[in-house]
Amino acid sequence: MTVTTPNPTPLAEAPPSSGTRLVDRVFRMRELAILAVFLVMIAVTQAGNSEFLSEQGVKDLLLNATILVLVATGQSLVVITRNVDLSVGSTLGITAFAAGDYLHGGGNPVVAVVLAVLLGVGFGLLNGLLVSLGQVPALVVTLGTLYIIRGVDSIWVGSRQITAADLPGGFVDFGSGGISAVPWLALIALAVLAATAYYLKHYGSGRELYALGSNPEAARLAGIPVRKRILAAYTVCGALAGLAGAMYLARFGNVDSGTGNGYELTVVSAVVVGGVAFTGGSGSVYGAALGGLLLTSVNSVLPALGVSSVWVLAINGVLLLLAIAVDRIVALRVAAALKKRSARRRTAPTKENAGA
Amino acid sequence: MTHPPDPGPAPVLALRDVTKSFGAVRALRGVSLELFPGEVHALAGENGAGKSTLIKTLAGVHRPDAGQVLLDGEPVVFHGPGDARDAGIAVIYQEPTLFPDLSIAENIFMGRRPRRALGRIDHKATHAATAALMKRLGVDLDPDRPARGLSIADQQIVEIAKALSFDARVLIMDEPTAALTGSEVARLFGVVRTLREQGAAVLFISHRLEEIFEICQRVTTLRDGARIAGEPLAGMTEDDLVRRMVGRDLDELYPKQDVTPGEVALSVRRLTREGVFTDVSFEVRCGEIVGLAGLVGAGRTEVARAVFGIDRWDAGEVEVDGRRLANGAPSIAMAAGLALVPEDRRAQGLVMDMSIERNIGLTGLRTTVRAGLVDRGAERSRSLDWAVKLQVKYARIADAVSTLSGGNQQKVVLAKWLATGPKVLIVDEPTRGIDVGTKAEVHRLLSQLAADGVAVLMISSDLPEILGMADRVLVMHEGRLTAEIPRSDATEETVMAAATGRAAA
Ligand SMILES: Nc1ncnc2c1ncn2[C@@H]1O[C@H](COP(=O)(O)OP(=O)(O)OP(=O)(O)O)[C@@H](O)[C@H]1O
Ligand SMILES: [Mg+2]
Repeated sequence: MTVTTPNPTPLAEAPPSSGTRLVDRVFRMRELAILAVFLVMIAVTQAGNSEFLSEQGVKDLLLNATILVLVATGQSLVVITRNVDLSVGSTLGITAFAAGDYLHGGGNPVVAVVLAVLLGVGFGLLNGLLVSLGQVPALVVTLGTLYIIRGVDSIWVGSRQITAADLPGGFVDFGSGGISAVPWLALIALAVLAATAYYLKHYGSGRELYALGSNPEAARLAGIPVRKRILAAYTVCGALAGLAGAMYLARFGNVDSGTGNGYELTVVSAVVVGGVAFTGGSGSVYGAALGGLLLTSVNSVLPALGVSSVWVLAINGVLLLLAIAVDRIVALRVAAALKKRSARRRTAPTKENAGA
Repeated sequence: MTHPPDPGPAPVLALRDVTKSFGAVRALRGVSLELFPGEVHALAGENGAGKSTLIKTLAGVHRPDAGQVLLDGEPVVFHGPGDARDAGIAVIYQEPTLFPDLSIAENIFMGRRPRRALGRIDHKATHAATAALMKRLGVDLDPDRPARGLSIADQQIVEIAKALSFDARVLIMDEPTAALTGSEVARLFGVVRTLREQGAAVLFISHRLEEIFEICQRVTTLRDGARIAGEPLAGMTEDDLVRRMVGRDLDELYPKQDVTPGEVALSVRRLTREGVFTDVSFEVRCGEIVGLAGLVGAGRTEVARAVFGIDRWDAGEVEVDGRRLANGAPSIAMAAGLALVPEDRRAQGLVMDMSIERNIGLTGLRTTVRAGLVDRGAERSRSLDWAVKLQVKYARIADAVSTLSGGNQQKVVLAKWLATGPKVLIVDEPTRGIDVGTKAEVHRLLSQLAADGVAVLMISSDLPEILGMADRVLVMHEGRLTAEIPRSDATEETVMAAATGRAAA
């Protein structure tokens, strides 16, 4: 005997809920918050040192951020799926050297960039295969590939070094050139960033990355090709690390076997400061990019203010912890708000039932 | 209610002699089943009989060890849930499988969203389609809100919407009604009837037998992984069905003992949590079972959570044995002798990867810890004790809880809290997903506890359970207590009237 309500009144149209896309708004606010911190920091520095925002100053700021933004974009894709790629620093190092070595031998710059990207794709595929096939946590797998790639790099490179003098002039000029204060490299990074963000929001496979980071078991049941998606995320991450390697070469012109050592930790910090949740399923690449911008600009701000750069690491650490704390508090607040809202909403329709 | 299966059409989906084992556990032994277009087919069986395993085999989650899945009479191999979905099979799993970070609309259309040019997602169309589905189901959920924080019932509704969102030829539902109350179930059944008339085949699982008789035409019964019978429901009685499931006649389902209530054990006065419930006052005496009824979302679970200290309250007070409890402090509530068996067992009740033994033992750590170490022997014997009392079906007590069937997980949650020997026991949907045989057992236990002087507050969406077990029935409507009905006056009509707010006028 199931009790049937005798008068199932048709429900009123859902009121245009005031808080639609609460989550989106939180993300946007999160991004705006980083942007605000960044702008305040710049403003304060400019007030203390009017040379800071000269054309060259702005250009340096952007150039410094470019490579980190690029790698952080790729890393975000992986972190969103509840994985991580610790080998990006090693990949950047080896691809930079490979491109340099090729150019040193008289190669074409465009081919050199393609070469670096392809090499990155290869390492990305390797990581992706190991993570998606073996039931081993990504942290461990990519820690392994970090050492393997670095080891291969060291054996291959030995004590050799590429310097700007070994490279074609046009390539190096491109690395430091641009439209007034905006470097070419930054424009490339921006284009990659915007394309990735658009893909994540507007394409089914992009949303599926969020889905499988949010609940892997449910993703499998929903018929999402989990392995394929994870493989793709790692591949793109590797490709962007490769592209970043080529850019590194163009920007600094100086590469040896130690290039990119420890870079993965900076990248992961940028991603986390930017609000991409390490538990997967949430965050945006714009956030990660802003996180990267913020972290690298600390590097330029301190010297400009005459503060010793030994403080850089400590400040980065504080930013990281601050970001995690804020995320935690915001998550709790949002959860509470959602609970209350659904409780309130639930009571609304029955009122009409009662009145009928 | 008489729709004999049309002998004409061929089965859309069928299993032939399917066997499936998990290690030493043989979950399915040579089971066959045929689903015809235009029929609603029930799958009945005790907890752990193999119902969910059978469904997952049809859905492409499990590959059978032996035997075949037949689609339109042809053997098929589903390599994953995606294959089954592409074949037109929609599945509602027993445990909600939502993405907490994504919106409801995205949850529903994950994997097959409306597209625009260049393969981009049509967010507007997705939103509109979701709103339409919600309307069809008669619920008012914002398609854009994230799934995080939805109540179990709402999660269940999203799952149903997901299954209805594409024109499935076969709809498979594993206990879709477990968390729902009467009016929502009625809506769901309305939709199911429409689908059936349009020629879909439906496979339906529920431990509420009256639902099976209301909506289904045929029933297949499983016991210990083997098929016992497949037959039309017309002419069968509930007792017949129970006998097939359990293999014997059933004890009384509501063995309520008469007790004279003692002292007030739990006293709740003017409790308010803003926007959730308002001015809730009641008492529960030693030896009493007080039922708390109401529609889904009336605020019953929220009151229980606040009383236990999981959520904070904004005004009012709670006393256990005359001692006031602190606001928002579950450990103090536990120390005062309060126990809460929560509604959401996966999220709040169990550590899924831990063994059955350790899960039951968790709450008893105070009594089994000696010199700072857990006395594993004591923990094991206590756990075994309760596992036997509640007839938990497991291979080894050291197995992870995640390998148990849904109903058996629920039993472990119950055992865990009963093992604390509480003075006041709050149970939120104690028999959700539990089979009839064990339901009687759980009722007998609750009744025994009350007779031993425990004060029991029982939240339930199962009206017969409330009527059969409670000494007094409290009814909530829109966050307020609208009625208090003594056992002698409690009927389906009086309770439902108060629950829908019609009695208050
Ligand atoms: N992944 C697994 N690993 C090990 N054992 C499993 C697994 N899944 C199911 N089992 C076992 O298979 C048997 C059948 O389980 P199943 O979930 O099919 O039961 P059910 O009929 O759906 O029960 P309920 O009514 O409680 O949901 C149980 O003994 C269960 O412990
Ligand atoms: Mg089941």
